[in-house]
Amino acid sequence: MRSYKEKSFQAITYITALTTIVLLMGIIYSLFREGIPLFGKVDVRSFLFTNSWYPTHAEPEFGAWALISGSLIVTVGALVIGIPLGLGSAIFISEIASGRMKEIAKPVIELLAGIPSVVYGLFGMAFLAPLIRQWFHLDTGLNVFSASVILGVMIVPIIASMSEDALSNVPKSIREASLALGSTKIECIFKAVIPAARSGIIGSILLGFGRAIGETMVVLMVSGGSAQIPRNIFASARPLTSTIAAEMGETVMGDLHYQSLFALAILLFAITFITNLITELVFLKRSFR
Amino acid sequence: MNKTIIIISLILTLSLITLSSFAKGNQITCTGSTTVLPVAQATAEAFMDKHPEINISVRGGGSGVGVAALQNKTADICNSSRPMKAKEISAAKSKGINPTPYAIANDAISIVVHKSNKVKNLSVDQIKKVYTGKIKNWKDLGGANLPIVIISRDVASGTFEVFNEKALAGAKVDATAQLLASNNAVVSAVSSTPGAIGYAGLGYVSDNVNVVMVNNVMPSETTTKDGSYPLARKLYMYTNGKAKGDVARFISFIQSVEGQTLVKDQGFISLN
Repeated sequence: MRSYKEKSFQAITYITALTTIVLLMGIIYSLFREGIPLFGKVDVRSFLFTNSWYPTHAEPEFGAWALISGSLIVTVGALVIGIPLGLGSAIFISEIASGRMKEIAKPVIELLAGIPSVVYGLFGMAFLAPLIRQWFHLDTGLNVFSASVILGVMIVPIIASMSEDALSNVPKSIREASLALGSTKIECIFKAVIPAARSGIIGSILLGFGRAIGETMVVLMVSGGSAQIPRNIFASARPLTSTIAAEMGETVMGDLHYQSLFALAILLFAITFITNLITELVFLKRSFR
Repeated sequence: MNKTIIIISLILTLSLITLSSFAKGNQITCTGSTTVLPVAQATAEAFMDKHPEINISVRGGGSGVGVAALQNKTADICNSSRPMKAKEISAAKSKGINPTPYAIANDAISIVVHKSNKVKNLSVDQIKKVYTGKIKNWKDLGGANLPIVIISRDVASGTFEVFNEKALAGAKVDATAQLLASNNAVVSAVSSTPGAIGYAGLGYVSDNVNVVMVNNVMPSETTTKDGSYPLARKLYMYTNGKAKGDVARFISFIQSVEGQTLVKDQGFISLN
């Protein structure tokens, strides 16, 4: 009886694990099956490196570079804002805050992660964008800068909570050794604790990057949606994700435009896959040490 | 051990196959333009209240999707916010489908600007120059010295296709244009951006923006019906051959006085 239960439990977990992998493979397979045929008609190089995106024009053009650059610039902007805020919070919670403060600050920052992205987008569209337009005397508030600010705030909880875990996991002996050698608290944090937690911090930043580049709703609502290479941070951009979301609804299954959106999805998948791989390697390195 | 796995996976696949082959009852499917969607939805509900035996399912997806559905016989009615293209008609005919149009409503695409904008009238040619990036400042159009922020719709939307054809004669929209996902998004972006110009269906225009005249004609019910407003369009339902039976009853219900009242309720303009 006992062994029967054991075995059936094993079988169930085996099936669930198998299902997940099969589903994942199915998604990847369908991405490539729908996207790859585009490259029979459009040159890969012109798809990646030219920048006129006119998929529904009488003579359609599929130059995705404007979209790729939009994604990258918005994401880098988000990291510029998210990393100092996230790391700062992590250092504060782990090293400086007292017990009570720590108990309040940590869940509050993690609460930010629970806000749905469409709410962030709505906030950005209705409040932040008009403010930014007035402050900087711009023509439009829906631009790279607004999108980066919102995305930056969105990735703060990811960077903060993972970095905080990494910092807290640094053995007490390292701190004590550093202080015993006469370093101040600041020197101890920056010269002993942070270097020891380095791989965890880098991992949190890469995860934040993956979250920011894959985010759709916020960029769709806040980045303005111009298919151009943004000349400065106050220009509008059209990231890969919002292009797929905005255009997929009205394409005809199987036509060139439909295939081109799947090709964009492959690109996006490749970018996040590579960052996840790097994250994985960074963590593996730590566990080998 | 391995046998149980095989049996369970067999059951799973079998149940998936049976799920997908659900029988289609006595019903009308209606697919296509998201612009026509609210009209089709409202009239279908009213029609089904009167004829409980008929079941109408309405789906969106865009005009192009509707055309493809009609060609593949997966829909009885194709909703379209534009006339079918010659290419689409010949593709349908080659599959033995004979698309027949039924106009169900009128719509006008209004050009909207910010409340503070002094420009009251634009010619179609000026609109084209603005959207293709040849005119970049309102002072060239008789307004204040303010850069123009072009706001357009996503290139796959029916509203964009009609605007592109009627106002731009098929020219490419300048790459700096902001492409927004809905009529509402366009109106709200224009209302908060002093230099903005945008376009939206007449039903979506609010008091927070100014509507400009096009070729000295203000978009309205009268100017749309008499054809004097240049950016007007009709919304269509296409069927395979002449509509028959329940489909014909549904379409003539939409075209009736009662149906046209529902069309007006949705912010569009009635046929007559």
